[in-house]
Amino acid sequence: MTRRLRSFMVACTAALVALATAAQPVTVTDDRGTTVRLAQPPQRIVSLLPSITETVCELGACARLVGVDRYSNWPSSAARLPRLGGLDDANVEGIVALKPDVVLLARSARIIQRLESLGVPVVALEPDNMPDVQRVLRTVGQLLAVDDADRVWRGIDAGIRAAAQSLPPGVRRTRVYIEVSSVPYAAGESSFIGQVLAQLGAQNVVPAALGPFPKLNPEFVVRANPDVIMVSDRTSTALEARPGWAGIRAVRERRVCRFTPDEGDVLVRPGPRMAEGARLMARCLQPVSR
Amino acid sequence: MEEIARRNRQSLWLGAGLLLASVALVALGAAVGSTGLDNLFRTATDPVAQQIVWDIRVPRTLGAWLAGALLGLAGAVAQGLFRNPLADPYLLGSASGASLAVALALVLFGVSPFATEWLVRVGLTGVAFAGATVAVLLTLALARGAQQTLRLLLAGVIVGVVLGAISSLVVLLDPNVMQAMQAFLLGSTSFVGWSACGVMALVALPCLLLAGLLSHALDGLTLGETTALSLGLPLARMRLALVGVLALATGAAVAQTGLIAFVGLAAPHLVRSVVKTTHGRLITLSALMGAVLLCAADLLARGLLAPQELPVGVLTAVLGGGYLLWLMRRRGVGSAPA
Repeated sequence: MTRRLRSFMVACTAALVALATAAQPVTVTDDRGTTVRLAQPPQRIVSLLPSITETVCELGACARLVGVDRYSNWPSSAARLPRLGGLDDANVEGIVALKPDVVLLARSARIIQRLESLGVPVVALEPDNMPDVQRVLRTVGQLLAVDDADRVWRGIDAGIRAAAQSLPPGVRRTRVYIEVSSVPYAAGESSFIGQVLAQLGAQNVVPAALGPFPKLNPEFVVRANPDVIMVSDRTSTALEARPGWAGIRAVRERRVCRFTPDEGDVLVRPGPRMAEGARLMARCLQPVSR
Repeated sequence: MEEIARRNRQSLWLGAGLLLASVALVALGAAVGSTGLDNLFRTATDPVAQQIVWDIRVPRTLGAWLAGALLGLAGAVAQGLFRNPLADPYLLGSASGASLAVALALVLFGVSPFATEWLVRVGLTGVAFAGATVAVLLTLALARGAQQTLRLLLAGVIVGVVLGAISSLVVLLDPNVMQAMQAFLLGSTSFVGWSACGVMALVALPCLLLAGLLSHALDGLTLGETTALSLGLPLARMRLALVGVLALATGAAVAQTGLIAFVGLAAPHLVRSVVKTTHGRLITLSALMGAVLLCAADLLARGLLAPQELPVGVLTAVLGGGYLLWLMRRRGVGSAPA
């Protein structure tokens, strides 16, 4: 065959393959157990959960997002999209006006039934802990018809392992208290941030039996005498001035890490930036050089 | 005369009973901690346990007692001043003013380093107190003095509603502070230390004395405004002073422990259900009753789910409301209306 004919046939085959995959219907099962069928991979996506926004962008489909919720602030291109409210007060009219092919939101969102009754396909995902992140990555990858999900997950996993390995073996004895609100609400072992801490090898002073975010008696923290305190809330001012807290080892040795609001966002979102969260916590857990 | 002497004796007995209950509750409070009921005798040998008892538990329990006393006192004054059995210390907008000030402080913190430094020094307590005072001053300005009770009441409600709406808006614009605001609105003695106890005690004594001296105005008001005026009482000045006492007591309590509902409302009713007496004794007994109520609620809040804490406002409603309900049923079933 002449070269021209061959290149023409290659081009035709490529076009046919592209057409075939693009027009392939997608079927996913969301966290409610509902099966959602779309005629083709969605081109206009609305995401109402920051971790899902980050997942979509990490899988390379950031350009397909047309609207996000008010808390989605990463990456910066997503932050510039129209804001459609939060978990409880999502703007149904705004969402429908954007003519989305699919809306990705949390299972506990209030507007699911309203959107479905208006004929908008809804995929409800709720990543609460570390295994959930992998599952949500796979589901979103299936929905977007991209194969990258496993590669992204391997990258995250490698990042967390690297963060854990950057710490000396003595970190296993480090007892950490993580405060998420100045009430005080603490992050327990079963919370997402507690699980990242466990991956790094450190111990959480709040046991799993108390739940993910227990409202503690401050005396409990004084008794537990943690070595490191991590504060992911800027309203926790004057930690050292609380009655009885000046004697806590972490306060005496000045091992109180205060995360900025942006860093706090990374730490509490079960999404693709988990490895960065692990790195932030590992930096805090590094022993102070004497 | 027989009747009056009997009632005086009854109020003395109630006062003594409440004082005894207070001592028992404070002693119990030193034993209730993050492990539930603790063995106090063990602390004699363990310095860490001693430090926990003296630095954390005793000031918390005393703080709850003092805050309850302030709220009970303010409740009795409010109910006498407005001649309304549903009046509570937060009627003049002090609650909304305090919560708006706290919301603004929580939101603005972190914006500039100067704000941080200032906030750490003054603390949320100072901010809450300032907010409560400003709200009461606003109410007085709106009502143009404390001459007319109805106008004062209306102005207080207006200020309360408007400031409450603004503070809800502020929290909505920055949802990061929602948890901290909710804890403030439900009240807690989590971080009450010795300095907070000192502040509350310093405020409680003059308020109690002043309210006792002004109790004649409240007694006169029960006969109606015109009758009270005809009795020769300098009503306008006394009313203004009583509003000042109300604002000071409420502001001090709210600044240290947050907005604990129901104590100010229930304490005077609980006292009145046991003894019938004039405002002079009612104010003191109401303070003691409020102190006992809040102390008991705080103990339960700490001890029921240790090491987790329940919001103390929930327990004051359950305790105070439950007892009032029982009293109402008992009153309705048997004895003649008093």
